[in-house]
This record gives sequence, C-alpha cells and structure tokens, in this order.
Amino acid sequence: MIILEKRPQPSQFWSYGAPIVAVFVTMIFGAALFAALGQPPIEALSKIFWEPLFGEFSFFYLPQLLIKGAPLVAIALGLSLGFKAGIWNIGAEGQYIIGALCGAAVGLAFYPMEARWLVLPAMLIAGALGGFAWAMIPGILRVKFNTNEILVSLMLVYVAEQLLAAMALGAMKNPEGMGFPGSRNLSQYGSASSWIDQGNGMHWGVVIALIAVIFAYILFARHILGFQIKLAGQAPRAAAFSGVSPARLVLFCLGVSGALAGIAGLTEVSGPAGVVSIDFNVGYGFTAIIVAFLGRLHPVGILMAGALMALTYIGGDVAQSSLGLPKAAIQVFQGTLLFSLLGIDVLTNYRVRIKRGAVA
Amino acid sequence: MFGSIDPQLLLASLMVAATPIMLAAIGELVVERAGVLNLGVEGMMITGSVIGFIAAIKTGNPWIGFAAAALGGAALSLLFGVLTQFLLSNQVATGLALTLFGLGLAALLGQGYLGVKAPVFPDWHIPLLGDIPIIGPIVFQHDPMVYLGLGIVAGVWWFLKKSRAGLVLRAVGENHEAAHALGYNVIRVRMLAIMFGGACAGLGGAYLSIVRVPTYAAGLTAEMGWIALAIVVFAGWKPGRLLLGAYLFGGVTALQLNLQAAGLSLLDVLTIVALVAAVVVVSVGFIQNRAFTAKMLWWAASLCIAAAFFSFYKWLGWVFNETLWLSSSPYIATIFVLVIMSSGGAPGSLGKSFHASR
Repeated sequence: MIILEKRPQPSQFWSYGAPIVAVFVTMIFGAALFAALGQPPIEALSKIFWEPLFGEFSFFYLPQLLIKGAPLVAIALGLSLGFKAGIWNIGAEGQYIIGALCGAAVGLAFYPMEARWLVLPAMLIAGALGGFAWAMIPGILRVKFNTNEILVSLMLVYVAEQLLAAMALGAMKNPEGMGFPGSRNLSQYGSASSWIDQGNGMHWGVVIALIAVIFAYILFARHILGFQIKLAGQAPRAAAFSGVSPARLVLFCLGVSGALAGIAGLTEVSGPAGVVSIDFNVGYGFTAIIVAFLGRLHPVGILMAGALMALTYIGGDVAQSSLGLPKAAIQVFQGTLLFSLLGIDVLTNYRVRIKRGAVA
Repeated sequence: MFGSIDPQLLLASLMVAATPIMLAAIGELVVERAGVLNLGVEGMMITGSVIGFIAAIKTGNPWIGFAAAALGGAALSLLFGVLTQFLLSNQVATGLALTLFGLGLAALLGQGYLGVKAPVFPDWHIPLLGDIPIIGPIVFQHDPMVYLGLGIVAGVWWFLKKSRAGLVLRAVGENHEAAHALGYNVIRVRMLAIMFGGACAGLGGAYLSIVRVPTYAAGLTAEMGWIALAIVVFAGWKPGRLLLGAYLFGGVTALQLNLQAAGLSLLDVLTIVALVAAVVVVSVGFIQNRAFTAKMLWWAASLCIAAAFFSFYKWLGWVFNETLWLSSSPYIATIFVLVIMSSGGAPGSLGKSFHASR
C-alpha cells in the first residue's frame, strides 16, 4: 500500500525540481495529444520549444518573447502576492482591460500634443490607478461584507469586457477611422507610445516588469510585509495574533496586483497592440495564474515561468502556421502544465512510502 | 408598460433559462457540502456541452448526448478529484486549472462542429396539467430536462436532509477529522461527490448546446459555471434556496434578452424593480416579524432612493449605454447577490485538504 507521509520541512529538491518535472510530463502529454491530432509529435514539440529560440527566424521571434513575457510576468508577480496570503484575485484580466482603457483615455485626451515627458507618465499612472481601482472593488467588498473575492473579481472581468466593447465602438472610436471599430493607434502617436526599441521588442512594460521582479524579491526577502504575507497564508491564526491586519493585507495584495495588471494592459495597448479594440486582450490575465504557480510564487521563478509561457504562445503560433496545429491545443497544453505541476507538487510536502500489510 | 413583452412567454423562458445554471449549481452544492471547493464548474460545463453535442449529433439521439455529457463531466471531475484528494493539491488552483483546461479541450473538440444544428429535443406537453390555462404553458410544456433538473434538486434535498448517506456527506463536509475518526472514508465520499458535481455540470452544459441554443458555438456557456458557483453561496448551501436563486438568475437572463429585443428602457425597468423590491421587503418582513423592523425599513428606504435615482437619471437625459448595462447585468447582479448573501453558513471544512496522518 502506498501512503503519503508529511515531511517535517518542505523538500528543497522538489520545490525546484517539481516545475522541471512538470514541464517534462507536459511535454510527454503534449506529444501524445499532438499525435492524437494527427501531427508528428516530435516535430510539433520542436516547433513550439526549439524553433522560436534557435530556428531560422529566431531574430523575429526573440523580441516576441519580451512582448508576450512582460505582461505575464508583471501580472503573475502581482497575483503571487495574494496567492501566498490566500487571497485569490483571478480577475487580473479585467484589471488589465480597465488599466488599458484608463491609460488610453488619458493618451487620447492629450492627442495630438507632443510632450512625451508628460503624456506617457500620465498614461502609466492612469493605467495603474485604473487597474488598482478595479481590483479595489473585490477588495473592499471582501473587507466590508466578507464577499468572496474569487467570484467578484472574476465577474468584473466580464463587466470590463463589456465596457471595453462599448469604448472601442463608442467613446474611444477613432474619428478618422472610417467607421471601423477601434481607437486611434497609440503606438504611432510618438508621445503616447510605450515602445523604447520596437525592433528588439523593448517597451516600458518590459522595464516595469523587470523592476517589479526586483521589488517583489526585496519585499519577500527583506521586508516585514513580505513576511506577513507569507505568514497569513501559512498560519492565519498566528498572523492574526502577531498583529497582522487581514483587511490591510487583502487591500494591499489586491491593490498591487491590480495596479501591475493595469500597467501591463496600458503598455500593451500603447505598444504591441496599438489600438483599443474589442479583442486586444488575449487572456494574459488568466495565463498569468499558471505563470504564478509554475514560478512557485517566487519572483525569479515567475520571471522564468513567464519566459516559458511566452515561448508556448510564440511556439504555438509557429506550429499553427507551419503545421496547422489548432490554437486550442496550446490552451490544453498550458492547462496540462498547471495540472501536472499541482500534482507533482505533492512531493514537495509529502514523502511517498510503500507500506506492507494492513494499516490499522 | 411592458410593450411587446409577453409575461407568459417570459415566465416560460425563465424556466428554460434557469435549467443549465440549476443543474450545474446543484452538483456544486453537493460537492461543497462534502467540503470540496471545485472552481472547475465552468470547464466541466463547457466540456460537457461539446461532448454532449457531438454524441447527440453522431447518434441523432439527444438522450445519448446528455448521458455522454454527464460521463464526460464526471471524467473531467475525476482529474480534479485525484489531484485534490489523493495528491492533496490546492483546491482553488486545481479548480482554476480545470477550467482553463476544460475551455481549451472544448475548443479543441468542438472545432468541426461550429454552427452545426443539434437534433430536435421535443418539448413534453404533459397531459391534463399542460392544458391548464396560463399555468400550463408556463410550467408544464417544457422539455424533459427541465423536469429532470427539478427532480435532481428535489432528490438532493431529500438526500441531504433525510438520508443517512446524506448525513455522512454533511459530516465529512463540516468536520473531516471527526468524520474520519468515526470511521467514514472521507476521500471516498468526497470523490463520489466530486463526480456527481461533474456529471451535473456536464448535463447543464449539454442542456445549453442541445436545447437552449441549440447549435454549437465557441464560448457557449458564457460564464454560467461561475454564476452557478455564486448561486451556491447565495443559496447558503441549501437546495431549496438554490432553486430560488437559479430561477432569479434565469429571470435576469430571460428579461435581459427580452428587453434587448423589445427596446424597453432599462432605467424604467430598474425603477420598477426597485420599487417592487421595496414593497416585497416590507410586506415579507411584516408577515415574518409582525412588526416593522429598522433593518427592513432601511432596506426599503435605500431601494426607494435607488428607484428615485434611476428615474432622475433618466429625466436628466444623461448618457446611458443601454447595451453595455444590459449585457453586463448578469455579472453585476451576481456581485450584488454575493454582497447581500455573504452571511456565512459555509461547510466547516470547505476548501481544506484532508490527509489522514498516522
């Protein structure tokens, strides 16, 4: 009989090893999935994981890694704060949209003024505030009414999507767009563009994501607040006795993740996406949940996980165009990655023992 | 006042609109009463909708479609069950993974079926009862799944309230340590509950693709799985109130579609709804308490203020995006409901992993 025995301390080896094993398990599952879809499994995997990095056109794909990785890392970092403390913000997609809308509104209001020193910072602040405010709704409801923040933050994603549609077709529509939905192109408006070096995929979102990684690292390694967050997640009673205010923690975690998601949305809409359109958001807010767990809720881990997940997006596009692999296959692949990670994670906290005979 | 909206048709469509949410919610209610929080309802529902649809198309028989959807939902929930019960993974994270995975899986499976029509699933015209004027067409002329859904809710109510097995399930959900100490197999009870929840979610999804829509389209469940989770909270984990919640949401959905079609002003409707709610609060409160309590007068006053605000806003003629508010109404309504109903009553061990140490 196989039994699980709780480890006195989480295993160091498995806390690093689990994500790596999970990636391999997912690759094996992916190969089987692609074979079932009638694709050559090894070739499909190499298209996803090898081609964008070392293939013939890698000069084109590598900048994409920054573009797709930055929002994932920024959002996942914010989420990881809450996840550590047992506060589940799963509405980052909504905060991302609202951040983009608020920032874009500021940028469009300034159009066509030429003052990059003013417009872009104002947009960044508006984006952060927008995401912050949207995340405060579940935060305040949780603190005041003890409402479940999982469901409220998620419901607000769909409200945000409706708002985005209303804006893209209404108030923010490009007056010179000949009736097409979507706003003016912010990435072509010099003062509002978030691009630093478009050829290499550098934009302010990348810079901010990297700064956020450093700050999050310091927060958890050196700051009392980081310790309180971890404590509240692992031992809520102990945290309460030591004077950690749960309400403050909820608002802090949700606020930071909302602001980061808002900034990610703004830098996306004024850079890679360019316009506020009905579907400029592609679900980074949800994929970031996978990134946060795959990165073990650790800032540096999230950085690596974000790069890996960005790679699956790009590789998925490559495989889609060259092999005709359906887009949904990549979604299944990403879901499987989270499943296998969560499953293998049991080894971090438990030891597998094989016991003979009956157990009383 | 109600223009082209036929109240009889509205009430009839309410019963149909409520059925998928009701099915998914009653499954999740059992799961949560066993102490497990499965956030993968949406994923199981949409997978059920695809599997059920494909099976119904291939065989030409909607019943086989429903059976396949229930099996598919249960199979998917098994994945969640193994991870959370045997590998002790975090239930919130695993549920989210199940939803993300299910959405992808459904999109993958449904590729060749976009826009295909489902085989006809005829309505029942229940003899005698169906011939009652007014009530007959509203209540007794629907398809069999509407009644099966009601039957499942009634069955769950009986099971939880009256049967011994239901008592064990509740014990496991309230305090798994104690249930384990009494010799009940916590993991087995929970696995069965999880699979029941999966089967119900699958049925709910299949009801959408086979009866309600009835074609296959991407993103067909439209977050109903999540709303079902909210309804379980609204219901305070009680089957009776779950029925009420599902019909309320069915009403919001049906009304929203009808309003969009009839072109009625949402602000007018909100004014009326707020006033009616105020009257209901006062009268129900008075009947229950035999007196006017401060709390209920406070509620009625705020509802009247809200009604005044809506009509004042309309009178001012300010910008009001009708489509935006109508299409987000189910989500905003869900948030409202969660705020009002977050009084507690959740099973004691909800969301906690169980590991029988020693």
